[in-house]
This record gives sequence, structure tokens and C-alpha cells, in this order.
Amino acid sequence: MTTQPYRLAEGGIVDRERPLTFSFNGRRLTGFAGDTLASALLANGVHLVGRSFKYHRPRGILTAGTEEPNALVQLETGNRSTPNLKATRVELYDGLVATSVNCWPGVSFDASALIDTAHRMVPAGFYYKTFMWPRGGWHVYEKLIRRMAGMGRAPEGPDPDRYDRVNAHCEVLVVGAGPAGLAAARAAGRSGVRVILADEQPRPGGMLLNVADTKGEPGADWVGDTLSELRSMPNVRVLTRTTVTGYFDHNFLVAVERVTDHLGPDAPAHLPRQRLWRIRAARVVLATGALERPLTFANNDRPGVMLAAAARAYVNAFAALPGRRAVVCTNDDSAYDAALDLHRNGVEIAAIADLRTDPARPAAQAAAAGLNILYGHAVVDTGGRRRVRSAHVAGIGSDGFLKGPVRALQCDLVLMSGGWSPAVHLFSQSGGRLRYDDALGAFLPDRARQRVQCAGAVNGAADTASCILQGQDAGSGDLPAAASAAVAEAGSHWPIPARNRSGEFRRFVDFQNDVTTADIALAVAEGYQSVEHLKRYTTLGMGTEQGKTGNVPGIAVLAGSLGAPLPAVGTTTFRPPYDPVTFGAIAGRDVGPLADPVRETPMHAWHVKAGAVFEDVGQWKRPFYYPLAGETKRDAVVRECLAVRNAVGLMDATTLGKIVVSGRGAVAFLNRVYTNAWDDLEVGRCRYGLMLGEDGMVLDDGVTARLATNQFLMTTTTGNASRVLAWLEEWLQTEWPDLDVYLTSVTEQFATVALAGPKARAVLSGLTSDIDVTTGAFPFMSWRSGHVAGFPARVFRISYSGELAYEISVPAAHGLNLWAALSRQGEDHGITPFGTEAMHVLRAEKGYLMVGQETDGTVTPIDLGMQWILKKRKDYIGRRSLARSAMLDPMRKRLVGLRTEDPDLVLPEGAQILPTAPYGPPETMVGHVTSSYWSGVLRRSVALALVKGGRDRETTTVHVPLDGRTARAEICDPRFYDPDGARLRG
Amino acid sequence: MLLIACPWCGQRDESEFTCGGEAHIQRPPDPDALSDPEWADYLFMRANPKGRHRERWCHTHGCGRWFNVERHTVTHDVLSVYRMGEAPPDDRDGDPS
Amino acid sequence: MTRYSIFSLARNALAHRPNWQRAWRSPDPRPAYDVVIVGGGGHGLATAYYLAKEHGVSNIAVLEKGWLGGGNTGRNTTVIRSNYLWDESAHLYEKALQLYEGLSQELNFNIMLSQRGVLNLVHNEHELKEMSRRVRAIRLNGIDSEILDRQAVKAEIPVINISPQVRYPILGASIQRRGGVARHDAVAWGFARAADARGVDIVQNCEVTGIDVANGRVRGLQTSRGAIAAKQVGLVAAGHSSLLAAMAGLRLPIESHPLQAMVSEPIKPVLDCVVMSNAVHVYLSQSDKGELVIGAGIDGYNSYAQRGSFQIIESQMGALLELFPSFSRLRMLRQWGGIVDVCPDASPIVGKTPVEGLYINCGWGTGGFKATPGSGWAFAHTIAQDRPHALNAPFTLERFSTGALIDEHGAAAVAH
Repeated sequence: MTTQPYRLAEGGIVDRERPLTFSFNGRRLTGFAGDTLASALLANGVHLVGRSFKYHRPRGILTAGTEEPNALVQLETGNRSTPNLKATRVELYDGLVATSVNCWPGVSFDASALIDTAHRMVPAGFYYKTFMWPRGGWHVYEKLIRRMAGMGRAPEGPDPDRYDRVNAHCEVLVVGAGPAGLAAARAAGRSGVRVILADEQPRPGGMLLNVADTKGEPGADWVGDTLSELRSMPNVRVLTRTTVTGYFDHNFLVAVERVTDHLGPDAPAHLPRQRLWRIRAARVVLATGALERPLTFANNDRPGVMLAAAARAYVNAFAALPGRRAVVCTNDDSAYDAALDLHRNGVEIAAIADLRTDPARPAAQAAAAGLNILYGHAVVDTGGRRRVRSAHVAGIGSDGFLKGPVRALQCDLVLMSGGWSPAVHLFSQSGGRLRYDDALGAFLPDRARQRVQCAGAVNGAADTASCILQGQDAGSGDLPAAASAAVAEAGSHWPIPARNRSGEFRRFVDFQNDVTTADIALAVAEGYQSVEHLKRYTTLGMGTEQGKTGNVPGIAVLAGSLGAPLPAVGTTTFRPPYDPVTFGAIAGRDVGPLADPVRETPMHAWHVKAGAVFEDVGQWKRPFYYPLAGETKRDAVVRECLAVRNAVGLMDATTLGKIVVSGRGAVAFLNRVYTNAWDDLEVGRCRYGLMLGEDGMVLDDGVTARLATNQFLMTTTTGNASRVLAWLEEWLQTEWPDLDVYLTSVTEQFATVALAGPKARAVLSGLTSDIDVTTGAFPFMSWRSGHVAGFPARVFRISYSGELAYEISVPAAHGLNLWAALSRQGEDHGITPFGTEAMHVLRAEKGYLMVGQETDGTVTPIDLGMQWILKKRKDYIGRRSLARSAMLDPMRKRLVGLRTEDPDLVLPEGAQILPTAPYGPPETMVGHVTSSYWSGVLRRSVALALVKGGRDRETTTVHVPLDGRTARAEICDPRFYDPDGARLRG
Repeated sequence: MLLIACPWCGQRDESEFTCGGEAHIQRPPDPDALSDPEWADYLFMRANPKGRHRERWCHTHGCGRWFNVERHTVTHDVLSVYRMGEAPPDDRDGDPS
Repeated sequence: MTRYSIFSLARNALAHRPNWQRAWRSPDPRPAYDVVIVGGGGHGLATAYYLAKEHGVSNIAVLEKGWLGGGNTGRNTTVIRSNYLWDESAHLYEKALQLYEGLSQELNFNIMLSQRGVLNLVHNEHELKEMSRRVRAIRLNGIDSEILDRQAVKAEIPVINISPQVRYPILGASIQRRGGVARHDAVAWGFARAADARGVDIVQNCEVTGIDVANGRVRGLQTSRGAIAAKQVGLVAAGHSSLLAAMAGLRLPIESHPLQAMVSEPIKPVLDCVVMSNAVHVYLSQSDKGELVIGAGIDGYNSYAQRGSFQIIESQMGALLELFPSFSRLRMLRQWGGIVDVCPDASPIVGKTPVEGLYINCGWGTGGFKATPGSGWAFAHTIAQDRPHALNAPFTLERFSTGALIDEHGAAAVAH
């Protein structure tokens, strides 16, 4: 077993009995169960873990949590590879493989770091000022820039893992299981209501995990006791490894639970990798804590420069020493506790440089421990390259300039604390207002917009006792006590002056995006002074940690540059998510076959067996055509069409929408929603109807049958079925509640087969004994009920093909058997199944409209030459719109037939129509081909088109540009076949 | 994800509903009596206020009923819910605030 | 105005202290202007710029309620294309694209126009026909557009899943190679800097609270920074257009809705073009920084809140992962919303109003960014000449009365 040179012999939550081996940048290392990748790396003395985004500067571990800007890794390889994970959040498991991102060939030597030497050429926003020559040259520069940018890599194959989404409801959601959150959950839980406590860490406790227990104060024992009480309450659910990331309207919150990430690839297969919790809470308690801020001294970004509280966490919770000799720089009290904890564990504290001259709370303990405290001092620079080697400390005068000599202190660790920023992200997302508190030097929650309370450090509480008190109050529904003590002095020390004003120094504010104080000053000088402009111009706060460490220092520097008070500058909007959310978790199970439901008819299995090619129509799978062996699509469609014209075909028409319209107001209702009149339709008869939107445009069409005096069966197109039903309901409920009408969708209750062709009657008559199918007894546009093939059936004598045809509807369960019976019965007549494409051809030969093909939401019935269906006297939806001035324009595009000069040429659908031969773009287009097919029965092509002027221009020749040539065609009557309709009435 | 109280089913997630836009736009009883601009006003023009908005919602994936909601278009707070045909609460108690 | 170039960068790099000028001044508003543009987004700033440059108008102010470019200009997914079906739209968006093609040089500000191609996927037979119609019309209008088959789609986008086994398989695509993306903030900043250099007063943090109209003619504006007299006023306020129009007693056929978008964490280049799919409601591209920029749908309700409901993001993610299964482990870094002003026909209103001297430019819905320079160019002409240019003449407010709509979404209807 490899040793871990920086691991303490005892203490912490790591399990020394369970060593884990892992690989980092190809090096095999060992850690313990309970480690994060970051703590394990520190225990091995590894500090150089990443490279920054822009300058590719060496970077180490800055924090111990979600706010980590530097230590990003690519975890694992292959399809489970995940980019940009924060090493501070990755839990160690055996066999873990991690590599640094965004560096080549490696993190120790990164070729792109060359850019760091030329950094003066590339200040904030430099790309707006160059790369403009030559025109179009950006394309070339961009390729190089893109390759430099990015961070980790997307996996190459599909994700082998599964994700879940869970809905949860509770009276109280507590976010964060530190002292305040635990106390809140306990108080709420004791009242008996449903409570969810969510915390992002593997174990509850929050900051209490990171501090050494102090006698008499709540510590690990208190956490344990509280937790066991919570676990004993059936009304309380404790979620660990669960980050609440989004706070939306109406107290809807989204959390991500990392179910198996800590187990690595060996996680049990029955578990999802992550779960997205969708939580609706009556009340929310945010106990989200506070995040420590860095200080902005020169070269504050070297590996080994770390937030003080992070170092404290590594020592106390993980028993990993981040260094042997530390220099501390602080402007608040908490760094003293960190220094003491490190000191107790054998880290030499070279000096504590406190920016304050008279700290409110004297650092008595530190002094007693013999630590060297320098008031009014700061770290003003650091030395070292891949690891910090020295810290330069100097006095800071009240004027903000250096005072006295600069001393270089050898060290391998620099701790900094710039005070604390309450984690107000979720509160801000909820719509809550923030206020800047001068005493605390931080933005605090102010007025809430939703039912949410904040408790603990997020609310400015400074010690464990007041966190617990606030948590208890918030948990029981009382207003939490106001903040009791300062967590930090005002952030008045940004930036810290450099030791050499003319020298090369950079003070980093946003570590990941390499935004320096000079960048902010530059943005201000150029007028990008709104905090939002600053963010966008410099990319401050736009890294993967969304500015959790850098935002407040950045705003402070901005305020300083502007000479404005910090609260006047304000903050940028806190946007969800608090922590990045895996795409797969957002999608949950709505992927693969469950991406969208598939609708199949009862005859689907037969179609599959018959070798049908399907097309997607809405959610339905419809047979497109049924190719025989060796047939092309065109062969198959021609064969299917000829079978219908010459013998008989059958088609699955189940998917057409079917709506029962019943009630005493049914006729009046149809009169309003269809353009034609329905009063005189007799029971037993059917009628074609056209539906318009209120804007006068064709919405849908279909045949409606009168089942009884007050009952009709309406059919709609397949794709519009649900839309039409919703549309009709809307009119009924909102505009005509007085009408006694009920609508019932029966689309899925019935299976429907269209039997079409001159032999249709012969086939049908052989399968029914109680329906008289002779023409006199069962005329065109009527319906009969009875039995077909022994099944109760309604038979409609309607036709979309122009042939003698019946549509037979039976209860859906009988659909497959009916289809089979018709197929058997029709065998001698050459019965042929036909698909939607043949249907399209057959109806186009007849000049029948297809909604969605001849219409596109901009076509009126007048455009379609269907004035005959518009009743003159009475009102209907859309009627008034047809009388608007632009609708009366004779040059609107109207439906015509097109006869190509070359009868063998099938024009492509969508082809544009020109009045003359093309002369070069832009052309004058007068219309387009809406439908176009090879007609087997006519042995020539047929086409329908919408053309300006319409049939007034019959016999005119138009020009249709095709790829590389132009076809000529003549405008004609769109009824190509059997224009008088003798066949369908026969 | 808004939380909307269907007057028939109670509080449900927004994903069960469809928003139908501005409420209380009555279809003119005699469209032929209107000029083109007047017809266009009914057909297309909308108040689109910043603040209180009375709008129609349908509990599409529930009871299927349409109803009215008064909602704030900045806070998204649902201020009241009332059935089709009912007067908006402000009009009822004569206190438009 | 200091010219930006590699040389000015070098000069400043060598200088002891960089000495860059302000990109634009921050003047107090004067009591009167010839033209006041309300709205300091891309369209408003472009209008002011072209008024000054093309029409010699010198006394112009742009009033912005907050910070310039803070509305939809800074919130969109930066897609630029001109592959529109109807002639009217195609001509207007193509004008915009042509202006975009020279804009970095014209403004001396790199807007990072990346003509990486915009690819529209097709998933069913109906869409195939629709694509054929669209591509042919676009090409006959002199705009580039090509049809790609399934394999060609795969060649353009190696990470896409073209398997026929997915719920809605890819049958093909059209591509406009001149389409692409640009840096949205840079468009606003570039126009602001160039307009400022021509003397335009850009006034931020100045909210219009009233429009003074007398005898059917606009006289000026009431603002949070005092009254401002104006001979002509152009309203260019996207989602807030209805509110401004109401101040002049006008009603608009507009509803304001949230439109959401999101980005992933930055990753190394995986996607070299813009991909759009109407059928499954996905559009995305990869920014130069490496983030996948993903557009989500419009929320169904009216809102002025610049935020939407999470379900919109959820419903879209499944569709995205069907197309790009290898993106499943990537992570959403940031999501946000804008307020889009949606017209019934999904086309904008750019022209005169019944109030003399008052002009309106709104209703761009989800498509405003790509039109920015063209919109400003045509609107500037409309204000300067008091009549629309041929490019925007069809986009009147009156079309809602006459019925001469330019229906860009109706064409997506599907039936049978």
C-alpha cells in the first residue's frame, strides 16, 4: 500500500480500515473510504490538479465544496466519462480514474500556458477588439479559440446509466443539514407535519463536520442525536447527497440526488444513477450556510493557496494536511479557528496577517498558542509556480497603500479568508430581495416573495448556538431571530495592494475564468459599469461554479473602481441551478421508447406481418405502403392504387379522430363550427364538413354522420384529432355554455377499415346479413348499423378515393379480426391492403383536399374553390374573417390542377411555380405544388397547386424550376379522374 | 411549475393545464356589424398587462373544464380562480385593487 | 473613437497603463431630441445607428430602462439565419444577414459572426414535403439552402443519432451554410459604441412612464429622468411593447411570454453547426467557450418575469437526448428566461402607428436577434422618411385588420 504522507494518524471521518486505490492523471494513489477526491489528493501531497480556463495557469484545490472553481476533473473513461466534476465533491471509490481537464499534454506541462506569458495582449474582452481582419477571417480564428476553450470532454457513446424523476410533497422542506437545518427539521418534524431535509453532503452535519469538537458546544454528538431523532420520525425524510438546485414559482423546488455516483461503475444495476426530486413544499426553510470568500492579493491563485475554512475541513473531517507551513491572511475571525486547528495538528503557522488593525474579537487563543499575529498586514504576493513556495507579507496603511517593508515567508500553504457570503442563491431564485449589510459585509436575505424562511449562516448567524436557535424558530414556523453577530467585517479590503505597483502581478477574482482586478478596472474604464455588463464583458462569475467565490470580491472591486458604495452596485441575478444538473436526470425516463408514447391501431400486428413501411403521423404509426418483395415504393403505391380503381382495397382508417356530439343543441353546434348547414341532415345520413379557425383559415375537415336526432359522429383528420376536440370543448365551455351539447372522444374505442373499389360491395355483402348493401337501400353518404363478419358494426358509405367505398367501424377489440375477415372474403376479388400514400394519390386524382398538404394555416375555403360549402345566411366560426379586404384579393393563391407538359414527369411536392421562365433570383413566385403523384390509372402525373389567380388562369402555362432545369405545366381543373363522381355513387 | 387550483379538482401542477390566454373576450354577437379593425380587435388585440391578468385555463389532463384565473404576470401569484360565467372577484365585491 | 485592432491591443499591452476609451458615453438626457428611440436593445441601438449613419439624423437619444442589451438581446440563443418560407420574411431576414456579414468591420467591433451553418432536421413525411417547399422558395429568393440526406446529416454532426430505431428518426435536413451564431452582447455593444461615436445619446436607467400625444401627434415622453420632447418616437421594447403602446392609447396583437434557454458546462468542441428540430422542439449550438447553448420552448402563459416553468426544460431534455444520447452525462450550468412578444402570425410589426410621429418595431417573438441589423436598418428608414421601406412595408399593424398576415408558423400544420 502506498503511504499517504500528508494523512494524519487519527481523527476525521475517513475509514482507515478501507483503503481505496485510484488513479489521477495516470498516477496510482491511495485514499480512504470517506475521502473526496480532493482530500485524497491532498493526503498524497498533490496540489497541482488543474489549469485555468484562459491563461492555463497551474491551479490547486481552493475550497472543500460546491464552490470549487479550480479542481475540475474528467471522471472515468468511455461512455461513463463525465467532464468538469469538482474534485472537492467527487467521493472516492475503489478504482476511480480521474484526469485534469483542459490541459495538454498534461497538467504539469501544459503547452497552452504559453498564453500566460502574453497575458497583457489578451485582457478582458480582447476578442471584441481584434480578429476582424480579413472579413470572414473570424471563422479561422474561431476554430483555434474553440479548441483552446471548453474544458472536459463529452463521452462518445450513449449513457449506460438510468435516471429517475420523483414527485414529493411536504409541509416543510429544509435545505441544508448543518446545525440550523437539523434544528429546523427537528422542530418541524416534532409538530407532526411532512418534512423533507435535503443536504448535498454524504452525511448531515454541515460545518459541524469540519470543526474540531469544542467542549460544551454542540458538535458531532449533537448531530448524531438530532439525526437519530429525525430518522425515528415517520413524517421526516432525510435525503443526503441531494442538492436542491432550483427554486421556482409556487414553492416548487428541484433537487438532484446522487444515488450511485459514490459507488462508481460497480453500482448495483437496479438503482438509477441520479434522481431528480420535484418537490412542492408548503413552506421552505433555507439553511444553506455561507461560503468563504477569497482575498485578492497578487498571485493569489497558486496551488497551495486555499480558503481557510477549506483547510480546516481537510484537517478535521478528512485528516488530510494541506501543507506543513502556512501563512494566513484574513479580514475576519474565522481564519483564526482554522489556524488553530491546523496548528494543533502539527502545521506550522508562519504568520497570521490580519488586514484589520483592531479586530472586534481579539485572537486570544491564537496568541496564547504562540502564533505570530500581524495586525494591519496582508499577504501581498506569493512565490512558486506549480506550488506556492512563499508568501510576501507587508503592512497596509489606513490609506490602503503598503506600509513598511515586505517580508518573504517560506511556506507551502497560504490560507485566506475574505469573510463569508451567505449562500443566498436559492433565496434569490425564489424571488426574495437581498440587502447589503455593512456590518456583516455581505448580502443577506431581506424580503421574501414566497413562503420561505432563512436560518443560520445564510441569515448571518455567526455561531453554532444561534444557528440552532434560528433553525428551531424557522422549523416551528416562527420568524427566525435576527442575525446576532457579525460573520465578517465589511469587505473593505478588495483589492489588496500589490508590493510592486509597476511589476507583473495579477490578482484573481474569478479563478476559473481568470478574471483579475485589472480586468474589472478595464471594464469600468471602458464603460461596462453595470454589474451585468461587467459580468458579460469580463466573464466574471460565469464559470462552472457560477461565481460562488468570486462574485462579492468582484462587486467590491467594481464598487471601488466606481467610487460607489457596494450595495449601489448590486448583484447579478442568481439563476438556477445552484449546482449543475445532469441532463439525463432532467430527462428522467423520458428517453428511448418512452420519449413519446407510440400509438398503434388494433391491426398493427397484421401490418407488421404484411411488411408495411410505417410513417409517423402525430403519435400514430400508420402503414405508408406495403411493398412486395423487390418492389420500389412507387411500384407498391401504383399497385395499391390500381387495385382500388379496378378491384378492391382495404385501408386502416382507425386513426382518424372520432367525436360523438350529442345533446339537444348538437345541430346548432355543428352549424356554428362547420361552414355548412346541418339542420336538414337526416338520421342515417352523412355529410362532409369543413371547419375554419376564427381567422377564416381551414382548420380541419371530415365526414359527420347523424346517429340519432340529437347525436352525431364527427370524424377529424388523424393529426388534428385532439386539437379539434380541445377546440370544440373550448367553444362549448367558454362561449356557448347554454348549448346542451356533450362531446366524447371515441377514437380509440373503434377500429375502422376503409373498403374501397368497384368490388367493395361484393366483398361486404358476403360478410353481412343484416345490412342491405344495394345502392337503393344504402346510398352514397349514408350509414347503416348491423353486423359485419359477425361483429357489431357501423358501416358508412363514404369515399375519399372516388370509388365505391365503405368505412366499417367495429369495437376496437374486433378490429384485427374484422381486417382478417375482409382480407379472406376479398381474396377472390384481388383485395389489396393500401397505405396512406396510395390514399393520398387516389384523393389527389380526384382533386380532393388534404388538410395539412393543400392547407397550411393560410388557406381559406375560397382559396380551395369550396364556396359551395359556405352557407350564405348564418354565422359560423371564421365567417367574418373571410370578408376582410385582403381575403377578397383576386390574386390570392387558389387551388388548381397542374398538367405537366411531360406526362412522365412527377413534379416534386413543394416545387415553386413561376409565371415565366426563371431569369435569376430573386424570382417572382406565384405559387407552389401542394400534391404531386404518378397516377397509375391515368398513366401520367397529376399535381395540385396553390397558384395566384387560381382557376381563372386555367390553360395558362407556368414554369416550375427543378434541380438544374425548368418544367412547364398547364393550369387545369384539379379533378383529374372521374370529375362527375359517377364511380363513387355507383 | 405553477400550482393552480382547478375549481373542480383542487390544486394541481401546471403541467396538467393549458393556458388559453386573456379571459372575458366575448365573441361579438353580430360579426357582420363590425368594421375590419373592430373585428381585428376581437380577433387579435390583447391587453397583455404587466400585473393582474385575467386569463382562461383548461384542466386538460384532468377534468377537462375551462375556468378563469386571475394571475399576476410578474410574480405569477394566482390571485383568484373562478368558474366560467362567474364575474371576476373584483367586479363582484366592487373593490378593484 | 479609438479604432480596435491587433495594433491597438499591442499598444495598450506595452503601455505602462492601458488607456482604452469608454465604449460609449453616459450622458444625461437633454430636454429635446429630434428622434427618441425607446429601448436600448440591439434593435433600438441599430435603429439609432442607421438613423445617424444612413439618414443624417443627428439629434437622437436611445432611452433604456435598465442596462443596454439587458433584454432579449442578452438572453437569446444567438442563432442567425434567413431561411424563411414567405418572400416578405425571407427578404427582411436576408437583409439582416447581409448586414451581419459586414458588421464587425462596419462597427469596428468583433461580433464574432460564425457562419457555421444552421441545420433544420426533418423527422416525418410531412416535414419532408414542407422542407422541399421551403428550400425551393428560399433558393429562388437567392438565399442559400441545401437539402441533406440522413448520411449527410451524420457527416455534418458526427455526434447525432441517425438510427431509424429512435422515436422520431431523422429523415434528412436542410442547411443554410451562411447561417450561424454571433456574440449577442457584442451586437448591442458594437451598435452602441458606433452610434455613440456618431453623437447618439444613449441614456441608461431611464424608464419611459408616459407618451405625450396631442392632436394625433407625438410630442415627447415622460421618463424617470424627466420629460423629454421629441419630434419622432420609435418604440423598440420587445416584451414590453404592449405597455408602451398603451401609453399612447394603442392596442397591439401581442402577448408577452417567457422563452427559456440554458447552457451546459463548457466542453471541448463536439458540435460545429446550429441544429434545430421543429418536430421535437430542440435547438442548440456550441458556444466558442464550449457551452452547449440550448433553446427551450415558450411557456404557455403571459409573463413579464423573465423566468419560466421547469417543466418546459424537462419536456425538452428527453427530445434532446434522443438526438444526442452522448450528452446525457453533461450538466446544465445555467438556465434563464426572456420575455418574447408574440404576434398571432409569428411575424413582426415594423412601421407606423395611427399616432403621427410614433413608430413601432415589435412582435419579433423568438426570432428577433437574427433580424437585429435589418430591423434597425428598415426601421431607421421608416422613421427618417415617415414611410416604410419596401422591406418592412408588409409588416404593418394594419395587416391584422386586412388579414394580409405573414403566417410563419401556420406552415407547420400537420394532419391526415
